[in-house]
Amino acid sequence: MVNTVDESLRQRALAAASGVVDPEIPTLSIAELGILRGVAVHDGAVEVTITPTYSGCPAMNMIALDIELALARSGIDQARVRTVLSPAWTTDWLTDGARAKLAASGIAPPPHATSRRALFNAPTLVCPLCGSADTEQISEFGSTACKSLHRCRACREPFDAFKCL
Amino acid sequence: MPGTSTALDETPLILVLLRRADDALVLGHRLSEWCGHAPTLEEDLALANIALDQIGLARALYTEVGTLTDHDEDQLAYLRTDRQYRNCLLVEQPNGDFAHTMVRQFFYSAFVDPFWRASCTSCNPAVAAIAAKAEKESAYHLRHAAEWLIRLGGGTPESHRRAAAALDALWPFTNELFEIDSAETALIADGIIPDPPAIRPTWDSGIDRVLARATLARPTDCWMHSGGRRGLHSEHLGYLLAEMQSLHRTYPGAKW
Repeated sequence: MVNTVDESLRQRALAAASGVVDPEIPTLSIAELGILRGVAVHDGAVEVTITPTYSGCPAMNMIALDIELALARSGIDQARVRTVLSPAWTTDWLTDGARAKLAASGIAPPPHATSRRALFNAPTLVCPLCGSADTEQISEFGSTACKSLHRCRACREPFDAFKCL
Repeated sequence: MPGTSTALDETPLILVLLRRADDALVLGHRLSEWCGHAPTLEEDLALANIALDQIGLARALYTEVGTLTDHDEDQLAYLRTDRQYRNCLLVEQPNGDFAHTMVRQFFYSAFVDPFWRASCTSCNPAVAAIAAKAEKESAYHLRHAAEWLIRLGGGTPESHRRAAAALDALWPFTNELFEIDSAETALIADGIIPDPPAIRPTWDSGIDRVLARATLARPTDCWMHSGGRRGLHSEHLGYLLAEMQSLHRTYPGAKW
């Protein structure tokens, strides 16, 4: 039987944690990115589970801190944030809404596919600024661990793309 | 007061986890030395990104060792001496020129990429979880190094000469990647880690394929260095650890 007090606390904590945005991509919340894996209540204490996009993602500490702050602002002091590695984060967890938001903020969303294994021939991305498919990759490593760097040959603008992982 | 040294009872599992963790940390530190010095801005970002991936992987592995030994990741990274570090000699070699850094990364990534992929089915849930993240990232690192090697080999006579020199200089460090001892043998038999010698054919064919495209010759086999897995390192590791550990040793327990 579900304890209704715990369940209402869990819902409140879930709402608060879901509102935390990624410090590197503030257009997306950690829920939309798939970083937020779950919220549970054990003996009246909240446990929020998150998973990193990349193992070395420097934003993880900040995200954990932001979650604790968001919970505290909702009046939840008894909380801890746990990081799990499994199942491994994948770009497939990005919701369609999140993909649309990425494109609207000038970041090409990742193609729907599991991580790329082929050694050569990068897939072509559509420019999020002008919509042209005539783009090229400048570097597989961009301004953050989760992005790569591209250039549009049509509008001549450089743009970031979310890496497919 | 926090201690100034870390003593460990190295069971086979702890030893094997430390070998992977120390490889990742030492290579991550080496790559971070390029920050602000890489040939182009894009490459500066790439090397820093790969360094972050390596250090992130090291942290995950140290955290697992920590749960088995009751240490935290800082004690493992900052309070062990060079003789307690279990990384292979390849990753501690100095950056040299850009070709040396890329060849070192290529040799290493061509090994760990299939190693982590095979580790995804480990009987140890922690190893499998860490492997599932590492194998996705190592695929990027391998592709990045391979593409650079092809560009360097097929670039100018000078870039070709430097890439060939780096291949010859680092080749004697490659055999250690495939070395196993009784600790590894036991874990391989239990299905906890994959068998490194079984990865050799994948490594060989990957090396040959990329070198052929890079118009670079595969170095001839020669006397091979060994010892890092047992804590017997080249002098370079001492300097690296001195720099990496100095702050923590000067201000024990320091936090940002």
